[in-house]
Amino acid sequence: MSVSVNANQRVELAHNAAGRAVPTMVNGKPQIPFLGTGKYQPRGRKAAPEISSNKDYPDTGDKRVADLETALRQCGLRDGMVISNHHHLRDGDKVALMALEAAARIGVKDLMWFPSASFPSQQSAIDLMKKGVIHHIEGSMNGPLGDYCTQGKMRGMGVLRSHGGRYQAIQDGEVHIDVAVIAAPTADFFGNADGSHGKSACGSLGFALADSTYADRVIVVTDNLVPFPCVPWQIQGNNVDFVVEVESIGDPAKIVSGTTQITRSPDRLRIAELVAQFLRATGIMKNGFSFQAGAGGIALAFVEYLKQMMKQDGVKTRFVRGGSTKFLVELLQEGLTDYILDGQTFDLDGVKSIASDPRHVATSPFTSYNYHGKGNFASLVDAVVLGATEVDVNFNANVVTHSDGRLLHGIGGWQNCLFAGCTILALPSFRDRIPVVVDEVTTMTGPGEMIDVVVTERGIAINPRRTDLLHAVMGSKLPVRPIQDIKAEVERICSKPARPKLGDRPCAVVKWVDGTVLDTVWQVG
Amino acid sequence: MSSVVETTPPRSAEAGHWGTEIRSDVHVSFESRDSGGVEISLESRVAPYYGSAILEQTREVLGDLGVKHARVAIHDEGALPFVIAARIEAAVRRAGVALGKRSLPKPHPLPEPSQRDRLRRSRLYLPGSEPKYYINASLHAPDAVILDLEDSVHGGEKDAARILVRNTLRAVDFGSCERMVRINQLPLGLEDLAVVVGESPDLILVPKVEEPEQVREVDRMIGEIKARYGIIRPIWIMPILESALGIENAFAVATASENVAALTIGLEDYTADLGVVKTLEGRESQYARSRVVNAAHAARVQAIDSVFSDVADLDGLRRWGEASRAAGFEGMGCIHPGQIRVIHKAFQPTTVEIEKALKVVAAFEEAQGKGLAVVSLGSKMIDPPVVQRALKLVERAKAMGVIS
Repeated sequence: MSVSVNANQRVELAHNAAGRAVPTMVNGKPQIPFLGTGKYQPRGRKAAPEISSNKDYPDTGDKRVADLETALRQCGLRDGMVISNHHHLRDGDKVALMALEAAARIGVKDLMWFPSASFPSQQSAIDLMKKGVIHHIEGSMNGPLGDYCTQGKMRGMGVLRSHGGRYQAIQDGEVHIDVAVIAAPTADFFGNADGSHGKSACGSLGFALADSTYADRVIVVTDNLVPFPCVPWQIQGNNVDFVVEVESIGDPAKIVSGTTQITRSPDRLRIAELVAQFLRATGIMKNGFSFQAGAGGIALAFVEYLKQMMKQDGVKTRFVRGGSTKFLVELLQEGLTDYILDGQTFDLDGVKSIASDPRHVATSPFTSYNYHGKGNFASLVDAVVLGATEVDVNFNANVVTHSDGRLLHGIGGWQNCLFAGCTILALPSFRDRIPVVVDEVTTMTGPGEMIDVVVTERGIAINPRRTDLLHAVMGSKLPVRPIQDIKAEVERICSKPARPKLGDRPCAVVKWVDGTVLDTVWQVG
Repeated sequence: MSSVVETTPPRSAEAGHWGTEIRSDVHVSFESRDSGGVEISLESRVAPYYGSAILEQTREVLGDLGVKHARVAIHDEGALPFVIAARIEAAVRRAGVALGKRSLPKPHPLPEPSQRDRLRRSRLYLPGSEPKYYINASLHAPDAVILDLEDSVHGGEKDAARILVRNTLRAVDFGSCERMVRINQLPLGLEDLAVVVGESPDLILVPKVEEPEQVREVDRMIGEIKARYGIIRPIWIMPILESALGIENAFAVATASENVAALTIGLEDYTADLGVVKTLEGRESQYARSRVVNAAHAARVQAIDSVFSDVADLDGLRRWGEASRAAGFEGMGCIHPGQIRVIHKAFQPTTVEIEKALKVVAAFEEAQGKGLAVVSLGSKMIDPPVVQRALKLVERAKAMGVIS
């Protein structure tokens, strides 16, 4: 079966191991449909950047140039190239648009923009797509960019990858980065760079690591140039071609939250408490265990409940995985964890801690999530608490689209975290009348075999595959019930929703961590 | 709204709420017309999933209300069907149409009838015009939920809130919670009863009671409506004493009807009536609270305490609750689900009390088994009231799940 992707191009669809119809060709590159977890193993050698020689770089170590435009020109940026950015500065980032607009001034066209994630503040990238500067985006798209993509207006197909999957795609050579532009809260003229200090401090710079080592050309942009050496240096200057100094790389107020907020909704607090009680009842919460939880309201509340239980039971963790927040920092300071292994840093307390406490360690998708590493940390984590927009009765989950098919979120580290010992989705069973527990997810982002527990305000559903967990909670007072029961109750309350009609034109694909295609995001309306 | 008007010229009205801050509610604009059938426009954040269901439901509700020609604009914020029906009905009634007609949502099976002396440690207040709080209220496991038509509902919203509360009683699953309604001060409260009693609430709270006749008036009206609808399950009454005069008449109020199951006090209004400041320690209301406890026990009904209004101060709540139990109250009101657990703990008998009571009960059963009239524990003889108290405490502790 084939469908058209634009006026003069058709693409074959294949049904993958998850039963989803996916394109076999994306942006001119042949694709491998998802084969099942742990089934795909590419052979050969990893990709590599061009050979460079230090004779081509100044002996003084001073790689500064006047501005980004000059740097991009000297990098040889031209039509059709791949330009990458990173989302350490989150919604406060100014560097990505600065780079893309400089590219527009140079007059290049048809760039593939390859951000580790995009944010609503970068919506003027839509104008650059309309003008032809950007051909398409491979990276998370939400808000206005997501709408633009799912309305079918982007010329190429969107490709959504997890943080680990982005690293894998670079290593596989599926994405070759021509020019990486790295926003650095602190850097020296040699290009050593770090995120823990400076007026735009953001914590870890781990997302830029792959780009710094695999891109042909690397530009570091900073608003806090320090005399050599910049210590610590998470990004090594030896990989960097040019350094550009600017007035400001971002809006500090939007880079980190002043304080991350615990949910105040009683229903969500109940979910958070049930998750903590579940970890205690199953014995996962024991001395030396580890967990990861995000910065969402439920996840933060979960950490607070778990902390009380850990204190009551005299238990501490060996390590917790960030996104770090005040709540993880407090665990560290109160001696309830030995280490924070931090992928990104969400609030001011986190930034302060990573800059001053050697037990708060900056990590990267290489250490934590990388498919082509010789192991990664994700599978060493005992329990992870995640969200989702939908989960179905087979425990498949969606984090990228609304139930109406519109792109909503990137995958982030979500897929990679599914490899933890116990993967828990903590979510309300419905939002505004829209069921979250459904018959079949709109877009599959995580296969059900990887998802162990779904905790809602109406009860806890354990994946029948996890007989060990089912056994462990027997005799507890926890409201454990089949996921079909929860779904049926939600449909009694909300009534059964109509399935929104999706188009038959693929506008983005969801990659699994190994680079195979897990699902398709279809044009809406 | 008291006169019947045929629909010339067209009359219009609206009901409900919408806006970015509003969740789980709906706003309905209704305009009655003479011809042209029913014309509905819909804006909804859940339109892709429920757009046609909402349109279909709107037609059904208008049909129930006998509306044949109208223009209806619906602005939905993810309201559940029982809310949509209530808001449409409220708008139609406000337009002076459909008098004497109702549109009732699909019923949820009624829970077990409520027992006169059931556990009433906590009753969670749910504002009568805030539907978003209803559907998950029972998950937080208060002993009762109380749908409030009085202070939490604006004067101009009473009519719409009544219909919403009626539909809520009918359609929402409150699990094992007792379903209470606080009506308005009489005589307005009688209009509330006319709308909600048909859906078999378990208990009616009557505010600002000062005279036993007010309770009898409520009781008569409940009785009439029950008879009309053929309701045989009990509907209990909990008068709220909120003034110096009410406190003086506590015993007479508590004994005004055999359907009074509990007596409670409203401290905000009471302290205002006295012209004193309401404090955390509550010394200014000590007399009134003791009077309520004494009158309630004399009348053999439960004494229930007021609410604790600082939701952030859980420690203060715990202290208040413990003192309240020690003074003879059996429960109190909650204005936030976060208070429920603290209150339940505070009103729970202590381990020492339970152990002692279990020993007394064991001795009593042993004496019963041996056919002895006198119960003794060790060398001590146990008085009958002590046995009675122990039996009640053990039964309560079982109901609270403290012992099995």
